[in-house]
Amino acid sequence: LSAAAEIPKEDDRPKWDNKFQYILSCIGFAVGLGNVWRFPYLCQIHGGGAFLIPYFIALLFEGIPLLHLELALGQCLRKGSIGAWNTISPYLGGIGIGSWVVSVLVSLYYNTVLTWVMWYFINSFQEPLPWSVCPLNENRTGFNKECHESTAVNYFWYRKTLNITPDITESGTLQWWLILCLAASWAIVYLCTIRGIETTGKAIYVTAIFPYLVLTIFLIQGLTLPGATDGLIYLFTPNLNTLKNPRVWLDAATQIFFSLSLAFGGLIAFSSYNPPKNDCEKDAVTVAIVNSMTSLYASIPVFSVLGFKATTAYWDCLDRNIISIINEFDLPEESIMRENYTSWISLLNSSYPEKIAGLKLKSCDLQEFLDQSVSGTGLAFIVFTQAIILMPGSQAWAILFFIMLFSLGLSSMFGNIEGVFTPLLELQIVSKSTPKELLSGIICLISFSIALCFTLGSGSYWIDIFDRYAGSVPLLVIAFFEVIGVVYIYKIKRFSKDVKWMTGRKLNLYWQITWRFISPLLLLIVFMAFVTLQMQKPPSYTAWNPKYEGFPMKEEKVYPPWVQAICVLLAALPSVCVPLVALFHLIKQKRRSKDPSFVTPEVFSCQGANS
Amino acid sequence: MLRALLLTLFVVAIAHAELCKPDAQNAFKVRISIKTALGDNAYAWDANEEYLFKAMVAFAMRRYSSKSTTQISNVLLCNVTDRVSFWFVVTDSSKNVTTVPGSEVEAAIRMNRNRINSAFLLSDKTLQFLKITSTLSPPVEPSTPAWLIVFGVVLCLIVAGIAFLVVSGIQKRKKKNKESTERENLEEKVEVTVTLENGIPCEALDLKSGHINGVFAADDERFTSL
Repeated sequence: LSAAAEIPKEDDRPKWDNKFQYILSCIGFAVGLGNVWRFPYLCQIHGGGAFLIPYFIALLFEGIPLLHLELALGQCLRKGSIGAWNTISPYLGGIGIGSWVVSVLVSLYYNTVLTWVMWYFINSFQEPLPWSVCPLNENRTGFNKECHESTAVNYFWYRKTLNITPDITESGTLQWWLILCLAASWAIVYLCTIRGIETTGKAIYVTAIFPYLVLTIFLIQGLTLPGATDGLIYLFTPNLNTLKNPRVWLDAATQIFFSLSLAFGGLIAFSSYNPPKNDCEKDAVTVAIVNSMTSLYASIPVFSVLGFKATTAYWDCLDRNIISIINEFDLPEESIMRENYTSWISLLNSSYPEKIAGLKLKSCDLQEFLDQSVSGTGLAFIVFTQAIILMPGSQAWAILFFIMLFSLGLSSMFGNIEGVFTPLLELQIVSKSTPKELLSGIICLISFSIALCFTLGSGSYWIDIFDRYAGSVPLLVIAFFEVIGVVYIYKIKRFSKDVKWMTGRKLNLYWQITWRFISPLLLLIVFMAFVTLQMQKPPSYTAWNPKYEGFPMKEEKVYPPWVQAICVLLAALPSVCVPLVALFHLIKQKRRSKDPSFVTPEVFSCQGANS
Repeated sequence: MLRALLLTLFVVAIAHAELCKPDAQNAFKVRISIKTALGDNAYAWDANEEYLFKAMVAFAMRRYSSKSTTQISNVLLCNVTDRVSFWFVVTDSSKNVTTVPGSEVEAAIRMNRNRINSAFLLSDKTLQFLKITSTLSPPVEPSTPAWLIVFGVVLCLIVAGIAFLVVSGIQKRKKKNKESTERENLEEKVEVTVTLENGIPCEALDLKSGHINGVFAADDERFTSL
């Protein structure tokens, strides 16, 4: 009678159910809200189809190499970011800690964006949609003043959703409806990440695949809308002159970098749950290409809808002018149509110029409407919602759109939370017997309480700050040190051997050159250019102030000094971890080297960890 | 006699022309957009429609002031254009050649706006009385806002999911604990039964009453030492 078989050491670590789950999780992490609301905008302002050239060059020389590096690292070392970098070299432990801090900061504000999406989602079940009509004022003689001067969609976003204050220094009060939605969002995140990849692995099947379904539906619907072709032509017409502007190349490089969610530690965590002998090279290329293809695929329905919106606005402009003319000259209805508008105008202008001038007709230009480009939350919550009102069956489209945005953001949140969760599990700050459910619950509860700050009146200004400073510069710094650390401190020869052991193929010349020279150089240039651009003018923001004379234009304001200090802190905190930890270990080493009984730690190797 | 009649008619006609003209006192401009409202089912604006209009205005005045003195002939229309737009004024037959004050007419039209609109199959936007503002109808507000109901449903689903996962996690852990304690118990039981062979305790076999079989005796090492 033999006792139960000895559990081998590998089974202690959770595993992916199958390879598809792993690939889907990486794709879900990389494909996020930025693919829908940042890439199409960049394409539009940087010369349409011409933008694809710097974009694919950046993908080839920056995106794919860095992605392969992170996936190979995690798979080889089989630890989260903090543990992995500590294992490579204690001097590089700061990289892991920096990644962890960035993941924490980004998780906090990212889920608040999902809160806004959820708020719009639950408001989409009404007829008429609440952002399509202005509410009446107190004595019911007209519409609410703020709403009437701007538009109903703007009013719903700035007043009914955010209840925004006119200045970042005015915090306002906590908005109870946002608190409810925030609680629901964090509850959903808890539900999906309750047992780590065991539960996210199941949830990812829905959250990663569903957006593609919705994008396809929107693609089919979008292409049938009038004016869609105008929008698409406008988007994809290449203007090669823009390539002379270095800003375009910088934007392409940063877009690729942030779009692939590099340097968060989440990708290292995901690949650490892989079996050691897995082809990480193919995985990296697959994930990077799918991410870029998704960006392209998403821009088609987005621009069809934007073209439709511009065309409808143009027709409305024409119709308003036509009505004014018909009313003024008492011409029969339908005598002036959109087609013969210009001929009528020239006729009337020659015969009655004073009357025409007195009407104060607005000039209607389709190009002008197409030129109004927006990115980020403005695209989703203002421009797109306005376009949805114009479609037949708007409730269904609104519901689909917001569920899609929520899934996109949720699958990225899984990666962020994994980047926080996995290192904590390995740091052994909690005993082995505490259930994972409790740890993830505590993380979600603490994050929820801190994120309550973002539900204040000034919350969206703070989210902009976090997005611009915590989620940008530190990542570039960490990625740079990642490449330098692996190539020059761990030594690329060792790493090549490890990768060969894992994938079964020798590292070809492309990886050698990009890892050794091109990627670190590119990262350095991008970092310098990025910081220089930020420093050129004092950091400012645009505020929604109903009392501003240029209302409904947003008021440009400068950050007060204490807010600027917070910006610098957010950018510096994760980045400074790297040199600080290295310094700390250097001091410790100097002290230890004086101690003769000290034994140097044995050289670590990928294959050794798994035998 | 005939001449006097003709003269009176002439004077009345002139007076009417004086009373109803664009921007006259107490006159209102009306603008009608039939094609916008009805599209293919649009009817043409002719003298019959004008007659109906006069009848509706007279009806409105009668309902408002609840005295039945206003006749269709009291309503004067003029300056009908192709747009279709015209001016109208309501005369007061009790006082000679004067018009009813604009405020009264406005109030009367306001009170009966719905009836006037439906007589022509039009709406506030397509049958415009310039200078007379329409009261906007308040939006229908349900007792609980719709979004709160949807939110409640979503939250219930989430809480149910979390409860299910937590409970199943606890059950799995309990089962694992039970399994490990069962295994320990089983090992103990196995050791206990080892000492009973064919119902005879092993110690009894040490007595000389038994005959030791060499085949089995050599297998002493089979049993793990206690």
